[in-house]
Amino acid sequence: MAARETVTAIYDDIHTVVGAVRSIREEGYEDVSVFGPIMETELEDAIGAPPSPVRRYALIGGLTGCISGFALTTWSSYYYPLVVGGKALASIPAYVVIAFEMTILFAGISALIGMLIHNRMPTLTLHAAHQAGYTDDLFGVRVVCEPSRTAAIEEMLRSHGPDEVRVER
Amino acid sequence: MASVAGPARTPFAKVSRDIIGALWDSDLRYRMMMLILLTVIGWAGVAWIYQIKYGMGTAGITHPVMWGVYITNFVFWVGIAHSGTLISAILYLLRSGWRTTINRAAEAMTIFAVMTAGLFPLIHLGRVWYFYFLAPYPNQRLLWPNFRSPLIWDFFAISTYFTISLLFWYSGLIPDLATIRDKLKGAPGLWGRFKEKLYSYLSLGWGGTDTQWRNYRRAYLYMAAIATPLVLSVHSVVSWDFAMAITPGWHSTIFAPYFVAGAIFSGIAMVITLSVPFRWALGLEDYITEYHYDNMGKLLLLTSLIVGYAYIAEYFMAWYSGDPAEWESFRWRAVGDYMGPFVIMTTCNVVIPLLCFARRIRRNIAAMFVISIFVNIGMWYERFVIIVTSLAHEYSPGAWGLYKPSWVELSITAGSFAWFLFWFMLFAKTLPAISITEVKESIAEGVWSPGDKKEEA
Repeated sequence: MAARETVTAIYDDIHTVVGAVRSIREEGYEDVSVFGPIMETELEDAIGAPPSPVRRYALIGGLTGCISGFALTTWSSYYYPLVVGGKALASIPAYVVIAFEMTILFAGISALIGMLIHNRMPTLTLHAAHQAGYTDDLFGVRVVCEPSRTAAIEEMLRSHGPDEVRVER
Repeated sequence: MASVAGPARTPFAKVSRDIIGALWDSDLRYRMMMLILLTVIGWAGVAWIYQIKYGMGTAGITHPVMWGVYITNFVFWVGIAHSGTLISAILYLLRSGWRTTINRAAEAMTIFAVMTAGLFPLIHLGRVWYFYFLAPYPNQRLLWPNFRSPLIWDFFAISTYFTISLLFWYSGLIPDLATIRDKLKGAPGLWGRFKEKLYSYLSLGWGGTDTQWRNYRRAYLYMAAIATPLVLSVHSVVSWDFAMAITPGWHSTIFAPYFVAGAIFSGIAMVITLSVPFRWALGLEDYITEYHYDNMGKLLLLTSLIVGYAYIAEYFMAWYSGDPAEWESFRWRAVGDYMGPFVIMTTCNVVIPLLCFARRIRRNIAAMFVISIFVNIGMWYERFVIIVTSLAHEYSPGAWGLYKPSWVELSITAGSFAWFLFWFMLFAKTLPAISITEVKESIAEGVWSPGDKKEEA
């Protein structure tokens, strides 16, 4: 693959970023990344990435929790049978509480773990293109492209009124 | 950190600067306050050690009232914890813009309140070194805990609640911690370098890339979505600690919703009580304004009305049941030996919050502060009345009795307030007490911006 170039534009307003990203995406450029102190659904839609895999973690965690809650309570009731008043050994309504709490616990923890795995966190090495302003008030739009398209992209990013545009070759 | 001179470049930069600027600097007032709190905590520690050494006889609990001030405190603090999750999770799902400036403090309050509440079952144990018997594992004879018992449900509910609240709070903090990390870049001195290192570890390497945001926002949404049923379940389970017993005054199906409403009521009151001095001390008056108190006042009023309704419904059900033991318990609660706490409870929880019907009062921060203190007192007494009067006046007149807390119990109660405030004050100086990210989101979405009082809301 030929050497690729990077165009970075820095904005200070999220609505401008949405416009800029949208126009870049409409031109069919794939390799766009955005940095910023906040994120909005509109901008996420403009970037157009597939939905986060975190939802699977939450679902699987929740199911695991629910099953293990019921399993622990029911299994232990049969493991040491204590018949009280001729009632059934396992009491589903009473165990619902435990299973419910376990569902929540496992779903929450696994959603967080999923987030950490897919964000490659925790780490001490930040993204190579990270700037201090990206966690304060600046938004960066970074497009990686073929050298032949650099000028067009730079032009497009400039049309949205950035604070600064940088090209790295 | 001293605030940087000159106007901020953008509204976003101003938000970061204002909120981070409130950190670390501790003046004499703050140190004095911490010293007082530590003294009270120390005294409570002495009282607890005394109780451990000489046994539970040093506490006032005795037959028939075996659950006294300790369990009152437990229920009270669990209740305080609830508004944090309500404000952060439920209002997040409802997209209520006004939550943004108080959610962080409310979530912190949740965690510290659960930490406080969690101590009380231990303090209440005669042999505290056996506390691990609560954990779900079998004993030597392979007998497991009784999973039908509301007490073991409570163990699951409270530990889940603590874990999830902590993770939810921490995940909300990550982008803010990264903001602080980047602000501290190249901070001078050993202390500066230490802080930079600390916040860069705590922020887990957050860089604010779109992929990170996408996963993060999903995870946060799910946490909020599961914390919502969790918060409702936790206080329901706490209420079942009582309602599952056949004690008159406790054995009622209304308990779960009644306790949940009461919990949110007391929690909102505590948020108001803490946020008033805190916005003033940290100079964040522009961030928590009349607009927020107006909304909190409405929530306070709503939950107060639910609690008031529950009080009346309880009496109606006691009368309508035709059960003499039940009715006697409720009659005695209102006019018996514990009439004082009962009157405090109804006045503070039902009558005084009615003032919140007036918009002028809801928007008056001093008035809301005073009302919230009354509610805190009233809610503590509500827990006391429910627990103590029911136990003191059960079925058999021969087994009736009275309970008075001992100095040990009172010291530990005072210590619990100091312990809670200590953690809260530590938090206010080390972590961004207002969510920097969410305030920025509010500004970007045009929902609300700092200094905006929304007169014509």
